[in-house]
Amino acid sequence: MKKIVIIGGGIAGLEVSRLLLQEGFPVTLIEKSSHLGGNIRNYAYLFPDFTPSEEILKNYTSLPGNADLQLLLNTEIEKIDFSSRPYTLFSNDGIAISADPIIIATGYQIFDARLKEEFGYGIYDGVITSVEMEKMIREQHIVTPYGKAPRRIAFIHCVGSRDAKVGNTYCSRLCCITAIKQAIETKKLLPQAEIFCFYIDLRMYGLTFEELYLNAQKEYNIQFVRGRLSETSEMIDKRLIIKAEDTLIGRPLKMMTDMLVLMVGMEASNFSKQFAYHNGLEIGEHGFFKPLNQFNARGKSQKEGIYFAGTSIGPMSVAETIEHAQATALSTISYLKGKEN
Amino acid sequence: MIRDPNFQYPFLIGTIFLFAYLTIRVILWYIKLSKYDKLRFIHFWKTKSVWAAIRDSVADGLLHLSIFKKNPLLGYMHMSLAFGWFLLIVMGHLEVIADRHSLNFPFYYAVFYRYYQPHPDFAGAKVFGAVMDFLLLIILSGVALAIIKRIRKQIFGMKRTTRLKTFDKIALSSLWLIFPLRLLAESLSAAYYHNGSFMSNTLGEWFIQNVRVSAIYDLSWWLYSCSLGFFFIALPFSRYMHIPTEIVFIFLRHAGIMPKKYWNSYAQIQMYSCSRCGICLDACQLYEAGVSNVQSVYFLQFIRNNENVDKSLFGCIICGRCQEACPVHINLNDLRTALRIKASKPLTFSYEYTQKALQQKAGIIYFAGCMTHLTPQIKFSMRRIFDFLGEDVWFMDEDKSICCGAPLMLAGQYDSASQLIQKNTELIMASGAKTLILSCPICYKAFREDYVLPGISIKFHAVYLNEMIRQGRLPKINLGFKTIYHDPCALGRGSKIYDQPRYVIDSYSQRIRLKKEKAEALCCGAGLGAINLPIEAKNKVTFEAMSYFARFKPNALITACPLCKKTFARDRRIPVLDIAELTARAIDEYVNEQKKTVRETRLIES
Amino acid sequence: MATFDFLEIRHLHIDYDNLDQELLNEVIREEPSFQWCISCGCCTATCSAGNHTTFNIRRISLILRRGEVEGLEEELKKCMLCGKCTLVCPRDIQLRNVVMNIKKIILKKKTA
Repeated sequence: MKKIVIIGGGIAGLEVSRLLLQEGFPVTLIEKSSHLGGNIRNYAYLFPDFTPSEEILKNYTSLPGNADLQLLLNTEIEKIDFSSRPYTLFSNDGIAISADPIIIATGYQIFDARLKEEFGYGIYDGVITSVEMEKMIREQHIVTPYGKAPRRIAFIHCVGSRDAKVGNTYCSRLCCITAIKQAIETKKLLPQAEIFCFYIDLRMYGLTFEELYLNAQKEYNIQFVRGRLSETSEMIDKRLIIKAEDTLIGRPLKMMTDMLVLMVGMEASNFSKQFAYHNGLEIGEHGFFKPLNQFNARGKSQKEGIYFAGTSIGPMSVAETIEHAQATALSTISYLKGKEN
Repeated sequence: MIRDPNFQYPFLIGTIFLFAYLTIRVILWYIKLSKYDKLRFIHFWKTKSVWAAIRDSVADGLLHLSIFKKNPLLGYMHMSLAFGWFLLIVMGHLEVIADRHSLNFPFYYAVFYRYYQPHPDFAGAKVFGAVMDFLLLIILSGVALAIIKRIRKQIFGMKRTTRLKTFDKIALSSLWLIFPLRLLAESLSAAYYHNGSFMSNTLGEWFIQNVRVSAIYDLSWWLYSCSLGFFFIALPFSRYMHIPTEIVFIFLRHAGIMPKKYWNSYAQIQMYSCSRCGICLDACQLYEAGVSNVQSVYFLQFIRNNENVDKSLFGCIICGRCQEACPVHINLNDLRTALRIKASKPLTFSYEYTQKALQQKAGIIYFAGCMTHLTPQIKFSMRRIFDFLGEDVWFMDEDKSICCGAPLMLAGQYDSASQLIQKNTELIMASGAKTLILSCPICYKAFREDYVLPGISIKFHAVYLNEMIRQGRLPKINLGFKTIYHDPCALGRGSKIYDQPRYVIDSYSQRIRLKKEKAEALCCGAGLGAINLPIEAKNKVTFEAMSYFARFKPNALITACPLCKKTFARDRRIPVLDIAELTARAIDEYVNEQKKTVRETRLIES
Repeated sequence: MATFDFLEIRHLHIDYDNLDQELLNEVIREEPSFQWCISCGCCTATCSAGNHTTFNIRRISLILRRGEVEGLEEELKKCMLCGKCTLVCPRDIQLRNVVMNIKKIILKKKTA
């Protein structure tokens, strides 16, 4: 018996589930981990207005109790068989699921900062990623790995993004605003600390983002240096020394810092790797799924009955993810009702 | 019955010209050798190396055994032409001696023997006749194969053949025509006189029945003579100059003459020794990357024809794969370097500004190298290893690093590099150290070949680690994953270090053997030898190499070069580790296990 | 106070319409990747020569783009050709070739 399957239990998958269930369609939600929510759970407060992420997740707490929702946790889909309709999904446990439509909401994974060796992640303890920083912000307690309160923190933009040397030439969009958000939150927690942001460009694309940037300088005295980090090294006392160029002045800059926060970009999740040679669905050079077009079919794939929702097609903010999921839900509902979508 | 005594003139003219040209050429080459090289050459004749030279001349020059070992069909093709023709000449002369019982005859007599001797009736004439026909048949089979190779090179297992210039094509055609024309002429003689053997007599029969032999008889011998004459005149200006030059090269090489860092007589001899066989083309990874004007055969061709070599000269990675594959064993890397030095001589660099790092005293110096600063895991791992071994090591270039000079030298800037070499040498000698350890094979090669550090042992870190394991100072422990080792160009082909890194890797992991390894290892594509190679070509080389590795499905790719590591890591398909990192992990694992054992012991005791 | 600009500032502002772009155009012809620079400064930050002296490869590239050619030859003598800049560039620019070509083209013009 064929099912309506959503692969991925993050907010995109949850939003599509919510809307489909609302319309009376039974949904099978497949999630590879043991819990729902996906990547948003890594973020304590969301830009631009510091809304706690729990506020978003609240909307989905009733879902697991819904009788029409079949929830398959700890299940990873290894392969999709496109050779006949309805499609067949194969999980890593060997279970085969007959599915039509399929909504791919497999989301993203974070760039592994160990690949950017010269920044020192995994080598020097004081180097952390923005995900780890967010955890400390959630706990309202920022300390260096040696238990001291940092007197200086440097945020490095564009780690694993816009970088041919790690194979990700695209911009991950959200890291700049996240950096400013975290810089402000850090300053609130450590009013005496000096906070720096090392950027190449500041992508303040949202309506209120520029305002937040101004605020960061006005109210929180965040220092912005236009220069890309080249190397990190460590002193005997475990403080870090970073080297960048202050390009606006035109001289190399050396600075000691207690902590280095790497703004790691978003990458396509492991799920998309099986399509690297385009076995059925198209993947872009960037590794994310390519929707049917970039304008009015961003939730549709090249195959009838296969849809995308959320960051499986590229880096998106929480707001954009939910928006996209809502659009995909509409397409899916039209499809299920047999109408032109 | 000699009816036309003039047809041998084209052949005579050609031969005399060739002989004169070669004599003058070889004399000039000899004169232009350096004083020491001349002495070496004179001394050589009194040594046993002469026999080695003769042996190599036969093995490589005639039999083409180097090619035969790798590709039997291709080897046979070259062998049949070279050795076949050699035997034809020798046997031909022996045939005439057997006939006339004296050495008193013009040398062209043997070449056109079947014309001049309609009735060979000396003892063994039939045997000789058969041998000559057989040899001609062998050569013709070689010519046939050569023609097929031009059309369908895949049959020979070659993906590419040399793009020949027009003149080379003409010379090639004349060479290929010589033997069919000889067959034609001898068959026509056999048609009249039955003085041939199984092949020529048979063909002669056919001719006499189907063709007016008298009309084309003289013409056929003229044509044969002309093709020979033309070929000999064309030879010095074509790829076939390699025939005599290769012998000279082999002898000079056995005399101990080495390639130098400038374009000299020996370099020119090597250039002429290139037969444009095209074997270096298949060895070059740049072909798949869409670059086809940089390979050694074309680069040598450009120099010989006095064309602009800039793009061709500086676009090569100097990975050494062509040098390994070359059946004539030409020192391709050295030739290229010599020309790079010449081409970039007008450019100058000045390093007076380099402030020396704070001088320290130490027993062991670790020189990380420029690239290693961008792969600090290697530095960090070396530190861990030195800590574990309890060695006090001075990280010479931790701050204010001065480049070892290798990238400058690869660009031909030896003079400029000497300034950096001097600064680094001062630092090293003043430290009192006895050992210098390098973790970058490019630096290692520079230190070994271009630095003079008396009393200091220069070790590559993989070799040092190998020693430490063998001495029992580093543990052997199975980390439980499958690895592949990539031989860096500078370490493998460049320094001939293949086994020590493997021993280290085998001590810690399960190493999967590759077919393209050691001297045949692939290049990562990022070599500093490539100055003006487009990034797209480099990326393609990296991609293809990784695709090859990925087939073996290892858990990790182990390499011994920071540049290789950074380059392969961007591909993302396989995690990349340096040998030092692997060792450091093993040390951590070992230490953890020791702690566990101690804890367990304490538990049992309590 | 030492100046950090190796060029004499000859004009108050860059007169974009009267730039000497000949050298720039030749460099771009030889090494097209030179066009891709976003001036992130990573090259200068990692530069071996930049660690000892005021040599600033990003600045040199940018200034060349604005038509300033004076003093380039002297300044470019400081480069060790070590290749670290090329290895960190996020845009995959072949900086080592850019340096070699600027030097070669300047020399060619001088001897012409």
